[in-house]
Amino acid sequence: MAATQEEIVAGLADIVNEIAGIPVEDVQLDKSFTDDLDVDSLSMVEVVVAAEERFDVKIPDEDVKNLKTVGDATDYILKHQG
Amino acid sequence: MAKLKPSKGAPYARILGVGGYRPTRVVPNEVILEKIDSSDEWIRSRSGIETRHWANDEETVAAMSIEASGKAIADAGISAEQIGGVIVSTVSNFRQTPAVATEIADKLGTNKAAAFDISAGCAGFGYGLTLAKGMIVEGSAEYVLVIGVERLSDLTDLEDRATAFLFGDGAGAVVVGPSQEPHIGPTVWGSEGDKSETIKQTVPWDQYRIGDVAKLPLDSEGNVKFPAITQEGQAVFRWAVFEMAKVAQQALDAAGITPDDLDVFIPHQANERIIDSMVKTLKLPEHVTVARDVRTTGNTSAASIPLAMERLLATGEAKSGDTALVIGFGAGLVYAATVVTLP
Repeated sequence: MAATQEEIVAGLADIVNEIAGIPVEDVQLDKSFTDDLDVDSLSMVEVVVAAEERFDVKIPDEDVKNLKTVGDATDYILKHQG
Repeated sequence: MAKLKPSKGAPYARILGVGGYRPTRVVPNEVILEKIDSSDEWIRSRSGIETRHWANDEETVAAMSIEASGKAIADAGISAEQIGGVIVSTVSNFRQTPAVATEIADKLGTNKAAAFDISAGCAGFGYGLTLAKGMIVEGSAEYVLVIGVERLSDLTDLEDRATAFLFGDGAGAVVVGPSQEPHIGPTVWGSEGDKSETIKQTVPWDQYRIGDVAKLPLDSEGNVKFPAITQEGQAVFRWAVFEMAKVAQQALDAAGITPDDLDVFIPHQANERIIDSMVKTLKLPEHVTVARDVRTTGNTSAASIPLAMERLLATGEAKSGDTALVIGFGAGLVYAATVVTLP
């Protein structure tokens, strides 16, 4: 069963909270991972791997750099989830 | 067909001694910051690195190797004449022929030991250790010296803010010898050449011979640059943490132990963030001592594991007889993991 946009944002919020210690309520669609949420390029890799597992999706290295905001990641997962 | 005598080796092998050499010049992040727009805080948060050692003109690949090897031989309690093989792993010895291992074997006073260089990047120590074990068990040498040595400062682009702070110089060596019990577990190793572009030398040497300046990298003043090591940080980080954690687990399984049986974890000292994530992914118990030599030594490629091993034993954080998981990974991409008993 594919996750909805809301479920994906909530899941990403849990992941970002776990990896970077950012409060879940701060993780909103328009937030930039690096500029707003203090997720640096290496933590972003950890977020991506956790998201792959949680949402049964593959996010190749070359696509990671395009995921600037929580909205970008959510759209990507919505489109590619298994 | 003639019947050949079988070779006769030892039942098993173990590491008998370890030694390290760190160049005298200590380079703090402040020096790195003279050429890149970054900060001490940024470098520490991305890599854990505070200082690294850079070699001077006298601290050559051979000279550093001889220093480290002398200590390893003394630590093992043998004499140089007993050494039958010298394996040197390096990517930063700039004279390809002859192998630097032969000069090291001679200057150490070995009795014409077999000597050769290998190129296996940051997995070089594990590759060398595996060859040494094979030589001892097969019977072609009783004691083998395995040296990881690098002068990566020569291959560092000091104007590249992603890598300028990463690399250091140094040599680490171990003496491997015969044992009645297994003290070096099965090696889990391999290569992934499809990812060869993720860590590499910027320009192959033959480009310099061709002399086409348009194809050579230039520094900010327009001078032709020496080649440097570059990497795709995110891709390497993902592979190093998540794929290498699987390899580390396979090495534990192959040795027939669990993380609870481990005393020490000595991963290649690439970056402390990789080390932290590997520890988390592997779910290592709190009692396991984790090598973090990268903080003050930087990434010394093939030298990093023996250097970290030497320091843990010297500081008392680890002790002789401890069970350690060692894993190296890097350019190739290549990797090698095994469980060893510390000397």
